[in-house]
Amino acid sequence: MPTLYELTAYELRSRLSAGDISAEELMFSLLERIERVEGDIKSYITLQKDEAINEAQKIDKHLKNSKKKGHLMGIPIAIKDNICTQNIRTTCGSKMLENYIPPFNATVIERILKEGGIIIGKTNMDEFAMGSSTETSFYGITHNPWNLDYVVGGSSGGSGAAITADEAILALGSDTGGSIRCPASFCNATGIKVTYGLISRYGLVSYACSLEQIGPLTKDIRDCALLLNILIGYDPYDSTTLQLPKKDYLKSLSTEIRGIKIGVPQEFLGEGTDEAVSKAIWDAIYLLETYGATYSEISLPLINYAVPCYYIIAMSEASSNLARYDGIRYGHRIEKDEGEWNEVFSEDRLAFGPEVRRRIMLGTYALSAGYYDMYYLKALKIRTLLRKQFEDQFKSFDILVGPTMPTIPFKIGEKIFDPLSMYMSDIDTVIANITGMPALSIPCGFSNGLPIGLQLSGNFLSEEILLAVAHKFQQETDFHKKKPLLE
Amino acid sequence: MAMDKTKSKSSKSKSAKARPLKIKVKEEDILIGLEIHVQLTNLKTKLFCGCSTDYRGKEPNNFVCPICLGLPGTLPVVNKKALELAIEVCLALGCQIPERTLFYRKNYYYPDMPKNFQITQYHKAGGSPIGLGGQVSFDFNMEKKVVNLIRIQLEEDPGRLTYLGSIISSEYSLVDYNRAGITLLEIVTEPDLRSPEEAREFLQKIRSILEHLGVADCSLEGSMRCDANISLKGGNRVEIKNISSFKAVQHALQHEIIRQRRQRADGVLTVMETRHWDDNTGRTISLRTKEEEHDYRYFPEPDLVPIEITPEQIEELKAKMPELPDERRDRFILEYQVPRYDAGVLTSSKSLADFFENCIKLYSEPKNISNWILSELLRYLNELNIEINESTVTPEQFTTMLKRIDAGTISRRSAKKVLMDMINLGKPPDQIIEEDGHKRISDPKKLEPIADKIIEKNQKATNDAIKDEKAINFLLGEMMKETHGTADPIIGLQILSKKIYQLRRKEEST
Repeated sequence: MPTLYELTAYELRSRLSAGDISAEELMFSLLERIERVEGDIKSYITLQKDEAINEAQKIDKHLKNSKKKGHLMGIPIAIKDNICTQNIRTTCGSKMLENYIPPFNATVIERILKEGGIIIGKTNMDEFAMGSSTETSFYGITHNPWNLDYVVGGSSGGSGAAITADEAILALGSDTGGSIRCPASFCNATGIKVTYGLISRYGLVSYACSLEQIGPLTKDIRDCALLLNILIGYDPYDSTTLQLPKKDYLKSLSTEIRGIKIGVPQEFLGEGTDEAVSKAIWDAIYLLETYGATYSEISLPLINYAVPCYYIIAMSEASSNLARYDGIRYGHRIEKDEGEWNEVFSEDRLAFGPEVRRRIMLGTYALSAGYYDMYYLKALKIRTLLRKQFEDQFKSFDILVGPTMPTIPFKIGEKIFDPLSMYMSDIDTVIANITGMPALSIPCGFSNGLPIGLQLSGNFLSEEILLAVAHKFQQETDFHKKKPLLE
Repeated sequence: MAMDKTKSKSSKSKSAKARPLKIKVKEEDILIGLEIHVQLTNLKTKLFCGCSTDYRGKEPNNFVCPICLGLPGTLPVVNKKALELAIEVCLALGCQIPERTLFYRKNYYYPDMPKNFQITQYHKAGGSPIGLGGQVSFDFNMEKKVVNLIRIQLEEDPGRLTYLGSIISSEYSLVDYNRAGITLLEIVTEPDLRSPEEAREFLQKIRSILEHLGVADCSLEGSMRCDANISLKGGNRVEIKNISSFKAVQHALQHEIIRQRRQRADGVLTVMETRHWDDNTGRTISLRTKEEEHDYRYFPEPDLVPIEITPEQIEELKAKMPELPDERRDRFILEYQVPRYDAGVLTSSKSLADFFENCIKLYSEPKNISNWILSELLRYLNELNIEINESTVTPEQFTTMLKRIDAGTISRRSAKKVLMDMINLGKPPDQIIEEDGHKRISDPKKLEPIADKIIEKNQKATNDAIKDEKAINFLLGEMMKETHGTADPIIGLQILSKKIYQLRRKEEST
């Protein structure tokens, strides 16, 4: 009999509403687990123990007295620290926002609270979501539960680690260039970045607004679907959200996958991809073939431009998005209260870490007069071409398959001083952000005791087929059920 | 922006005039283009959030929310009504309206901007502002003048910095974000204006159009501001910022033209630069030269989606379009037989045109009303530097006064005095007439003693009148003086004539 904290939200949900267990019981089980492992892992920047227990007690009362039940009644959920939570500080992993307490909830938080979900804490992340290893956080490095010397991936590394280490039942991350899928891959979790515009970004602290989406990091694809049902939907506070009829993603899990056509772009498995990773991906493809899928190898040469295209757009937007942190209205403020305001705010902005500064500088450069056409405009053109090339591919294929990350997790400190090699590790994930199409990552194997992630990507609004394929894979394999030994 | 008012009493215009010009430059050689910023003050909420726009005279930083404060995680959402009003303005000014319009970010650091970028529109790099082209015509020196517009764009107003005294001497600046996010339209003209006076006339016309559209009340403080580009033909262009009244536009332009002419006369090359107009000193100071110009790093606002404008939407708005100043002027000419110039002045402000028409409803002598408005009412209002809607004079009061003249209750001369008191004291005309004895004296019993007094005082004139009847007019004049113009001149003349006749008879009999 597994301990409560080991169960999925889907499993806990029915037991909670049936009254088999109480939300308080579950919360204590989880908080005790956190107590035991958090010292090694460091998933969280801020924990809300007392508040979470209070909430659990309230939910228990509600479960007893009221018939109206939300879909997440009593389920503890970890939130990436760049998603605004009213009265809970939201740091973005930065010294800049060390004491910043938002006066409002992100739309996704409102939706989760309305369904009875309980926020247990805010998870660690690369500073302002800029990184692929959760090493750039001002609050320290999160350690990979499978091997504490290795990185958890990023930027939603805290959420990924919290899921794998059973420090949360559900978690939210955000994905600008792979920031959900990378930690999912490195931690052996399940995570999805949905079609741009499906989930409200209101309350997500912007890094690169045209690329990013909030999304779930969970123990399996069923929990992903459960959470998507709550997160997805038009928001009048976010003009970029789509107005579409409501779907039940839990239902779409059981969609028949026989006959689906899989494309395997050779660029996803080219130079720079670990042999062990390639092998695991091919094994997964062969397995899907046995369930009636067919596959073809294809070539999408434009993929080679994806990383520079992504970084130019992301850094350009970031240089503008992060301009507001000048210490005047909120955020880090130097002691000095005299002098030219230019000097004062420049000093305030020294609170940014080196990676954030690098991206602001490069983005400013890319948007400057004389360089705009050469960089930003060219990146937009590549973006249009990439989108078109992928749309064309999806006329012939239902999904594309490849590795989420070209390698297994690397060691802490291995790439942090080599930004280019760090950027190149995003090669397989950034495409979905550039095109705005959905992609998910599920566990598909191990190498040297470290997890490998399988990435499934599809055309706009093809979440249902992606979920169905992932669900079939997880029904037939147990990679996602494997747990690191921590205690 | 404050309306056309009295000539300034401040020292700045004097000091400018005191320095003689060394070289004459023909008006045709002056090139002036304007960038006008108008708040769409009739909107209830800001451009990208639900905050109230009613911030004037309120506590600082009380009309703000996470969105207009640009707090991390917030996103803008376009105010649909603002978009509608902007399209109406574009239609009224004859702009082309694109099928698709989008917002851009203009990036620069300044403490009055919560996000350190302004959401605006852009005309380059694939950007498409809400209005392109367009024309505004107005009468100037009895001729029709046409100014071409380059574009109109929709943008958010920044907050406001307050200094202790002047911008230079102030030890600190205070920032108020109540204004941040208010809807602004930027109207950019070609350099088609040829004099400061023309510029002022043009602004007045724009203002009247906006008010007739019902999109803005431009008399509100800071609701209409403008930057001006000025050059002398063949010379470099100078941009002047921080002009916030019609009067200041004229002064700033006059000042700058003199500066540039002077430089030309001295053989100095005018530097291409941005200058700041200081209303207090009546001077411009250099802000930055071209080399120091900001690189605004414009790029499309990723948090907003492009807005499609359908032909149906445009037709719908066109159908709702109210009567504009030109149509109204032409109607005044036709319907009320008012001369073109007068009709132009009457429609130069919506409140004045409304006042005129409300008067007509109460008193069907349009020409008389128009004459009294143009020759008297406007003069007194200008002396007080107020507009008709700021004064207490109502159409009822104004027409009552005109009716009293017609009825002979007061003379035209006392009517002017009554009108002045109506404006200054805010009292209704009948009360003034009653209290101050403006009432015309036509009772012979009251006039007779006065006539006796005049005759006694003016022996010589009386003797002249006895000899020559025409000289009696002098005595009548004296009687009018004595009664402050209230004596009924016809009755007065009869009484004086009778008295002189009696005197002549008396003289003849002796």
